[in-house]
Amino acid sequence: MLEIVLLGLNHKTAPVALRECLAFSPGETSVVLRAFQELPVISEAVLVSTCNRVEILMATEDKAHAVRTAKRFLSEFKKLPASEFEKSLYIYKGDDAVRHMFRVASSLDSMVVGEPQILGQIKEAYKLATLKKTSGVILNKLFHRTFFVAKRVRNETGIGDHAVSISYAAIELGRKIFGAFEEKKVLLIGAGEMAELAVEHLIRNKAGDILVANRTFENGVKLAKRFKGEAIRFEEIADSLPRVDIVISSTGSPDYVVTREQVKAIIRRRRNRPIFFIDIAVPRDIDPEINRLTNSYVYDIDDLKGVIDESIENRKKEAIKGERIVDEAVIGFRQWYDNLDVVPTIVALRNKMDGIAKAEIKKTLNSLKHLSDDDRQAITRMTSAMINKILHDPTLLLKSNGYHQNKSGYLDITRKLFKLDE
Amino acid sequence: MLSTAGYIAYLFLQKNYLQQTGFYLISAGFLCHTAWIGYGFVQSGHFPVDNLHQTLSIAGWTIAGVFLLFHYGFHLKILGIFAAPLVTLIMVIASRLPSAPHKADSILNSIWLVAHVITIFMGEASFALACGVGFLYLVQEHTIKSKNHGFFFKRLPSLELLDTTGYACIVAGFTMLTLGLVTGFIYAKSVWGRFWSWDPKEVWSGITWLLYAALLHQRLTVGWRGRRAAIMAIIGFAVILFTFFGVNFLLQGHHGGFTKL
Repeated sequence: MLEIVLLGLNHKTAPVALRECLAFSPGETSVVLRAFQELPVISEAVLVSTCNRVEILMATEDKAHAVRTAKRFLSEFKKLPASEFEKSLYIYKGDDAVRHMFRVASSLDSMVVGEPQILGQIKEAYKLATLKKTSGVILNKLFHRTFFVAKRVRNETGIGDHAVSISYAAIELGRKIFGAFEEKKVLLIGAGEMAELAVEHLIRNKAGDILVANRTFENGVKLAKRFKGEAIRFEEIADSLPRVDIVISSTGSPDYVVTREQVKAIIRRRRNRPIFFIDIAVPRDIDPEINRLTNSYVYDIDDLKGVIDESIENRKKEAIKGERIVDEAVIGFRQWYDNLDVVPTIVALRNKMDGIAKAEIKKTLNSLKHLSDDDRQAITRMTSAMINKILHDPTLLLKSNGYHQNKSGYLDITRKLFKLDE
Repeated sequence: MLSTAGYIAYLFLQKNYLQQTGFYLISAGFLCHTAWIGYGFVQSGHFPVDNLHQTLSIAGWTIAGVFLLFHYGFHLKILGIFAAPLVTLIMVIASRLPSAPHKADSILNSIWLVAHVITIFMGEASFALACGVGFLYLVQEHTIKSKNHGFFFKRLPSLELLDTTGYACIVAGFTMLTLGLVTGFIYAKSVWGRFWSWDPKEVWSGITWLLYAALLHQRLTVGWRGRRAAIMAIIGFAVILFTFFGVNFLLQGHHGGFTKL
């Protein structure tokens, strides 16, 4: 009977330097999978490698042997003595391996709980394994279940609901002020990764014109071109305030770039339309006093971090629900797996045949009232003998040990052919 | 009918799970109420606004109706937590009051009076909702400004949606109030021969009208929106409440009959 073994390491067990050493590119992954295919002890294999984790999933007859082989292979392939990484490795078997896989794909085990990329990465890894034909009945089933569980966790819990990046948190706040960003004009002061990311989020949300102000006008022009916006001079910021709705600021200026007086002066000209300042700079660019003016909202980097901390707390709460879904799914998988064993399959097959025979005999005998008891018994005996003869060869095949590699495959097909899983 | 109203409030307070149910219940309650009022109309032969019980009952009915209309137009589900308890409260008060009708007054039998009452009530119901929206606006604004995102932040809609809804409520309310005043004038002319008789109710209605007119004017000219508009909507509704109850109880006038106990 094939069993599932998983060995791997992740951001919790291994420092980034080690993870770098053991990461596999898609090309390398193919090589590894092909090499595993050659090894008789590993019947099925899938390798997942991301920047935060390496997971090797195997289906094998001999767990200890498979683990040893995989370790040795890792060490040879990456030219790293096993002692270097052995301490960081975790090894899960059976249900634990299944649970680990479900948790990883549902992003319950991620560095940022609820981040959505991991599922895509696992799908890629599985696709590669199916292309190389290293995934068989057991791992196929496991991965299909995994995708299903991950989707369920995402849909039924709020694990992905709360913004956990600065730029995204800012956008979510803006949504609470403006509702939608259509036709909302954006002013970007300065430059910087987070600020630019926020502008990109806004553009994706159909924001209106983008203005870019930079101390060096040329840089502003370059950035404006990227956002298909308009560059303005740094001195023009105050003049542009009446026509923008969202101001994202990220400069190295030691003083406030936008002052309370400037904003106070334009509130009336804006006809009180709300204006939202996102201040990502340290030291701050936007006078925090502006937040006290009517219809003006200021969030600085600490405020946004506060929002994110709240989100992470919320996600952790949601993760508990996710764990419950995972636990349920592990039990479901265990049932499927147990049924793959030879004896239950043969028993189920027999029961099904006996059931059909019994029903048919009853039907037939009901219309043949003239038969004696002996005749009836003879018919019953005949059907039993037929069932025995029919099932003889299939049972022998399933019980034989000559089909190691594919036993679970035969069992699976048998269960499907006769619909034994209902 | 009253028990439905009670349920509605209960359900709406936990609206995150039960908003849908609450909405259907308030719709059902509204329909029952409509039938009940129609029955009263047929039985007494005139619009049932003889005493405070009936007047309040009509007020509850119109608020529910206007709420359903706005819900349909803006999908602002959260408003239910304001509207449903308000309707319930009004209905509960109404049920505590004696419901025996006073002798029917012949002057109450006029199409202009019916129009006057209906439009005024619809206007006031809209203003009630505007007040509710204004209140929600202030709560949401406070959560955003104080950067302390608690219970309400997730549940309340965006400021802009609240603001536009409040504005729409006030425009609708103002239109209805204007129509109500005009029909009132016409009716007064037909009964007493004059449009305006300096009745305290009339004076206070005039004040209310001017207040909302000012609010709308400011919004259109200098763009009074957001916080200030929300506060004004709340003040406006307070004045309406005074016009509705205060004037009848504290001052004398020919509108007194509607709130007779």
